[in-house]
Amino acid sequence: MTVDPIHQFEIKRYVDLLNFSSVQFSFTNAAMFMFGIVAIIFFFLTYATRGRTLVPGRAQSAAEMSYEFIAKMVRDSAGNQGMVFFPLVFSLFMFVLVANVVGLIPYTFTVTAHLVVTAALALLVIGTVIVYGFVKHGTHFLHLFVPSGVPGFLLPFLVVIEVVSFLSRPISLSLRLFANMLAGHIALKVFAFFVVGLASAGVVGWFGATLPFAMIVALTALELLVAVLQAYVFAVLTSIYLNDAIHPGH
Amino acid sequence: MDPAAGKFIGAGLASLGMGLAAIGVGNIFGNFLAGALRNPSAADGQFARAFIGAALAEGLGIFALVVALVLLFVA
Repeated sequence: MTVDPIHQFEIKRYVDLLNFSSVQFSFTNAAMFMFGIVAIIFFFLTYATRGRTLVPGRAQSAAEMSYEFIAKMVRDSAGNQGMVFFPLVFSLFMFVLVANVVGLIPYTFTVTAHLVVTAALALLVIGTVIVYGFVKHGTHFLHLFVPSGVPGFLLPFLVVIEVVSFLSRPISLSLRLFANMLAGHIALKVFAFFVVGLASAGVVGWFGATLPFAMIVALTALELLVAVLQAYVFAVLTSIYLNDAIHPGH
Repeated sequence: MDPAAGKFIGAGLASLGMGLAAIGVGNIFGNFLAGALRNPSAADGQFARAFIGAALAEGLGIFALVVALVLLFVA
């Protein structure tokens, strides 16, 4: 086994589906985990809402709470019209949340620690904003880039700044989730190597190894917090960006 | 100097940016807490906003981390 903290992110090809000269379509461990994540969400939510009762049980409470949580968040940041996008935001939140939490289980694969996956999710959000904005408001959507009440000589600079800030949104949205997951998992593995290295040094090392081991426990708790928090941040920013598509005027 | 050494020095310098982003995140939550202790009833309503600000400030530190990682593993 190779000893390096990047090893955990390796993509393994299970089944080669299509082979073009430079592009290969394969069923990889990333694809397997993504199917697994969708299956977990699907079966959890169908199981939780199967026998609906007025006084909810444990599973139904969990499902209702996640629904209410996201519904309140979308309503707060994008208004009642924003509820059109509730299915999109809820799906994104559940996917990112379950992907992050599943990735914390040892020997699993963290799908969201790959820039390809998070970039695809972020481009989906920004693509939705652009397409919906132009379909709903036409060219009025471009008022998003023109702040009102600005003196004329400042306006060209502000428009440039607004355009750049809009274009950097998919980059920052995808990089934030990707880098948080990547850095957290690398830190965990680096401390794991400290444990192995110290424990192999003899009896004194066994006692020394308890220190980085305690650190791993603490870091795992922190990573659980980060996993949930990043899913929340992704969903909040998604609904704020969608708000721009619904109400483009400043 | 060995060019490979420059890569590592650059990665180390890039990761300084993460410490600066930490100051920003600390500012946001420090001020949020100071405000929340003055008016606890208004704190819950601003909780999401505090996290959005923290996410944006943290994002800039993340860019610094990405520069460091690119220098170490890609470039």
